[in-house]
Amino acid sequence: MIQTCISLAIGAFAVAMALNLYCLLRGPGVTDRILALDTMYVNTIALLVLVGLRESSTIYFEAAVIIAMLGFVGTVVLSKFVIRRDIIE
Amino acid sequence: MSNALEVLVSALLLAGAAFALVGSWGMVKLSDFFKRLHGPTKASTLGVGGVLLASMLWQAMQGAPSLRELLITLFIFMTAPVSAHLMAKAALALDPKARPPIPPPRTPAE
Repeated sequence: MIQTCISLAIGAFAVAMALNLYCLLRGPGVTDRILALDTMYVNTIALLVLVGLRESSTIYFEAAVIIAMLGFVGTVVLSKFVIRRDIIE
Repeated sequence: MSNALEVLVSALLLAGAAFALVGSWGMVKLSDFFKRLHGPTKASTLGVGGVLLASMLWQAMQGAPSLRELLITLFIFMTAPVSAHLMAKAALALDPKARPPIPPPRTPAE
């Protein structure tokens, strides 16, 4: 039962990431694209955790931790750049 | 006991996946940026939170509890509001007309 649910959840997250990719390519404004990227990295974390559960390997969790930290920094830097046109003041 | 926990883990997984799907669908569907900001930043946090909680329970069931998921959950729950706030500020900086007008001054209470 767990394996079926994990597979279903992986499929749902894959569809969600495809929708995010569509938003990233369509997004009329810069901020829409930043939002799409932000959502995409959050979904990537969940997808990595699910794959790690399915393969019962712990290496995926390390990758998820790194993406969680660097993705936030990326979103902040992109937003700061849009606000001030400058990152390091 | 183990069976009930398995059902709980499956329910958490499915709920998390449904939340993430709804959040991403909302981003495609809604019209304005400030409406679009709603969907993913709230639903995705819940979705990832559900999946991470399920993962924590499952690893504890296997007899190998790990704290990495707790770390990821804490990090996402702390950073998601901050990044949403910054994105809203960026959108306001790009389009000052989107900022609502200042409300009229209150008449002195009599």
